[in-house]
Amino acid sequence: MSAFLLAQTDVIALTDTEAWVINGFFYVLAVVGLLAALKMVTTKNVVHAALYLLIVLSVVAGVYIILGAEFAAATQVMVYIGAVMVLLLFGVMLTRAKIGDDGDLDYDQKWIGALTSVSMFAVMGYSLWEAFEDDKLPSDMMPQRTGEVANSIFSQYIVPFEALSMLLLAALIGAVVVARRD
Amino acid sequence: MMLAWIWSDWPWTLDTVVRLIFAIVVVLLPAGVTVYLYLFKMVSFMQSRLGPMEAGPYGSMQLLAEVGKNLQKEDIFPAKADRTIFALAPYVVLMSTFLLAVVIPFGPQATFVNLDTGVFFALAVSSVSVVGVIMAGWASASKYSLLGGLRAAGQLIAYELPLILAVVGVVIQAGTLNLQGIVTAQTQGEIFGFGGLGHPFILTQFIGFFIFLVAVQAELTQVPFDMPIAESELVSGYMTEYSGFRFLMFFIAEFATANIFAFLGATLFLGGWQVPPFVHDLLGVDANWQYFNLIGPGVMLFKMLVLTFVVYWVRFTFPRFREDQLQKFAWKFLIPLSLVNIAITGVLKVAFS
Repeated sequence: MSAFLLAQTDVIALTDTEAWVINGFFYVLAVVGLLAALKMVTTKNVVHAALYLLIVLSVVAGVYIILGAEFAAATQVMVYIGAVMVLLLFGVMLTRAKIGDDGDLDYDQKWIGALTSVSMFAVMGYSLWEAFEDDKLPSDMMPQRTGEVANSIFSQYIVPFEALSMLLLAALIGAVVVARRD
Repeated sequence: MMLAWIWSDWPWTLDTVVRLIFAIVVVLLPAGVTVYLYLFKMVSFMQSRLGPMEAGPYGSMQLLAEVGKNLQKEDIFPAKADRTIFALAPYVVLMSTFLLAVVIPFGPQATFVNLDTGVFFALAVSSVSVVGVIMAGWASASKYSLLGGLRAAGQLIAYELPLILAVVGVVIQAGTLNLQGIVTAQTQGEIFGFGGLGHPFILTQFIGFFIFLVAVQAELTQVPFDMPIAESELVSGYMTEYSGFRFLMFFIAEFATANIFAFLGATLFLGGWQVPPFVHDLLGVDANWQYFNLIGPGVMLFKMLVLTFVVYWVRFTFPRFREDQLQKFAWKFLIPLSLVNIAITGVLKVAFS
């Protein structure tokens, strides 16, 4: 919301009301995201789990928009919702896609998984709090221009970018090799 | 009193309401026009029949009759369906259509949102509709629907790549993702030093334009790419179990999305809301004359009608692809072609700038 408005008029400072509205949007997104994440791991149906995951990923895109990162938000929608989730749903439907409860949808090591995620949360929360404490976002924050993103990728971050491309290419070729047995 | 307080404190509230109303107009009005003009009438003449003639003059009110009919039909849920997801699926598809509509510029100030990421945002949200289609296919608890949903997913993933890659050539030429910037680049461009027509990118990006049209046809699951609904094999694909207003929502989304992709194609390749620059000289105005906010939507409507004409012409002329032909066409022909197009565009851009 903020990014959309800012991108349009290049308004700099937010009024108190607007900041309040944007905070409200964040809390709504946060609650929706948390509930969807919880439901995703507790639901008894694979397709439902995939759709809850989709909500979580869309919420992340919403948070990017609040932070003024339009390009990241659009990429999140295109890559995660348009491609990853569609492929996942496609795969689930080709294999097991019962309607209603899937009785055997359980996992022996779920407590270890829960422990891992709680400790991950603790580490992330601690480090975020250590780094930022209760800093506020600057009220004159400008949305990030796509041109700037492109410039930084192809100058400052060119080596990691190319390394990632090579990694993805290797994964792609690996997938073809694994899938084709002739 | 209350309203006055809201509007003075949050000046963008009124703005937002106006934009919402216009978004609904932009989605529904052209959809009605093209459905009557092309789907009812043009195809009838192509098939040597009259088409609807009873409701209103030349059957022009037929569409209202259809909407009324669908609204009063019972909203049926199949017995074994997953009710929530079955009910939500059409909304997801329609939401994607509306999100797609908001980035199209219709004049110098007549935009819903002037996003910096413009065309990239449009292509990103257009892929959301696949999720709705898969949800509909799965939740219907019917073999036909499920197969339709699976085919739609495979097809839309395959044709999204050429769609995006076809647009990249335009973006390279314009030097911006912003749709308003792309319109400006086409107005200010020159053809061998002659600026009277501007430089609509169809002249240099004709390969991209061709790929764009083919990929849009496939994204819309229109014939010859209508494997997901193939009525002779799958009854009606993912829409088989839908009736009443939920079917109407799928119907509206299908045709509204066709129009909005045509708007997008007009903006990217045909100069958008701008008239050819020699008209500016005739009228003695500059490119951002305020009355272009009124003329622009008309210009866009005309260009949209030209592009949707091609869409429906192809739709009622060609037979359906086979599933494997369809996949081969995307992966082995369109994607390599669009990559070559991008490479050539990049080389020429560097060579001529």
